[in-house]
Amino acid sequence: MNKVYMISVFAENKPGRLERITKVLTEANINILAFSITSTNGFGVIKFMVNKWKEAFDLLKERGFTVSLNEAIGIEMKDQPGGLYEVVKILSSKGINIESASVYVAETRKRAYLIVEIEDTAKAMDILKGENLKFLNPEEIK
Amino acid sequence: MRFWDEETETLEKQKLRELQLERLRKTLRRIYQKVPHYRTKFQQANVKPEDIKHIEDVNKLPFTTKEDLYVDYPFGLVTLPLDKLIRLHTSSGTTGKPKAIFFSKKDINNSAELIARCLVMTGAQRGDILQNSMTYGLFTGAFVMHYGAEKVGILVIPAGPGNTERQINLMKDFGTTMLHITPSYALYMASVIYDKGIDPRRDLKLKRAYLGAEPYSEETRKKIEDMLGIDIYNCYGLTEMNGPGVGFECKYKAGLHIWEDNFLMEIINPDTGEPLPDGEIGELVLTTLNREAMPLVRYRTRDLTRIISESCKCGRTHKRISRILGRSDDMFIVKGVNIFPQQIEQVLMSIKGVAQNYQIVLESYDEMTVKVEIDRELFDGRIEKLVRMKEEIVDKIRSTTMVKPKVELLEPGTLPISEGKAKRVIDNRTI
Repeated sequence: MNKVYMISVFAENKPGRLERITKVLTEANINILAFSITSTNGFGVIKFMVNKWKEAFDLLKERGFTVSLNEAIGIEMKDQPGGLYEVVKILSSKGINIESASVYVAETRKRAYLIVEIEDTAKAMDILKGENLKFLNPEEIK
Repeated sequence: MRFWDEETETLEKQKLRELQLERLRKTLRRIYQKVPHYRTKFQQANVKPEDIKHIEDVNKLPFTTKEDLYVDYPFGLVTLPLDKLIRLHTSSGTTGKPKAIFFSKKDINNSAELIARCLVMTGAQRGDILQNSMTYGLFTGAFVMHYGAEKVGILVIPAGPGNTERQINLMKDFGTTMLHITPSYALYMASVIYDKGIDPRRDLKLKRAYLGAEPYSEETRKKIEDMLGIDIYNCYGLTEMNGPGVGFECKYKAGLHIWEDNFLMEIINPDTGEPLPDGEIGELVLTTLNREAMPLVRYRTRDLTRIISESCKCGRTHKRISRILGRSDDMFIVKGVNIFPQQIEQVLMSIKGVAQNYQIVLESYDEMTVKVEIDRELFDGRIEKLVRMKEEIVDKIRSTTMVKPKVELLEPGTLPISEGKAKRVIDNRTI
């Protein structure tokens, strides 16, 4: 199954938090492919898709960050008008609710991926099997 | 020697109650007659000494609080003329003036007698050497212990606190077998002993230590016991009640015996003042039953504990209390509502995803901010879950305290780690 992983880090909404996290990744020569920040009153969750997810997760944990590893699916979309629409139309028609999303641009102006976390990854992939969708292969980002 | 005063220490429970009642009534008659402030308070509560017919009737009497100690200050609650008072001890107060407690000769002798019971209860005897590393001064701690140990026939070294180098030399040169010390200083001293390459089990003769004056955890006790190879006994006291020796552990270290022939204890709900049954946690309220110069009736200690009423293996019939769990003084008022940190703590401990550490910050009289660290292990990357958890904390605190708090979720390790007494409430309000 073409599962990918998102790394989620809990952060208080204060200056310097994102800097501290990205510094750790930089020093370990880990490449960030996609990321998103969700913040609410006072705190937030920063999510990354990286090339070496296991290494990044262990490293952040070791450095005392509050971090978790979450399954996600990468769905290919055309990097052009309507690209996102085509994909989410299918997801919503199948009743799949997106919990969080970010974008990985594989080839600028050609090919991008919508990276989504959903409640049940395996079930969602099963539902989407028959659809005309291409999933991101984890091997491709290593 | 197993007992200092075997007859009293093992007095049959029923006889102990009778003795308590007799002494309580005597105390009440004395203060009603001699202390105008008590008389006024009793009249306001519509109660007279003769209304107390059973020991349970004690809850008809009004409480004495630290504020009462400032009425007609400083001699307001004293029952003896000045020339019968031989000692003043004070304890830090909140109004700027210290709480002043006066003792007669009989009171001082009696407090030493109680300490003698305590020391013998832990196995101390003639031939032991006590290094008394508490402060000799306005604070009662060192003096009462000093007299009690002398009474037993223990050699006392009045070392006082500080000068750790000299403390260790005293131990080495004179063969100290017992220490009376605060937990924080004991920890420090133990670490210095190690740094100097001294093996306490080989080079020192220490057998036991009495730790009090500050709250400390069971973990701290074990740690110091292991480091020094000794037994540590928990002791409890307050200047208002003679100082140390109110409660003391026996060899079984399973709660502190309160000398019930000298103190009548009650546990109350600190919010409502209602008495609580044995075993429930609440505020300890003490009445002196054998004090002459300055008896205190239903004195609110502000210390939170519970009564252990089961018999103790040591054979003493006097009930025990658990180690002090905190101070009801930590109560604060927001929006006119009395709140205890323990209430907040209970809510937090019942919510999954929250770590142990928390802090309550007060910036105004209308709002409290509860800072909570999230549990690293339970974080699953979902912000909705954190938002829900935060809402749950807000709701539960609101339903427990009637005040809607502001809740901040923090990264683990953000709040200071508590050593000894955790500072849970940060009150930044100015007026």
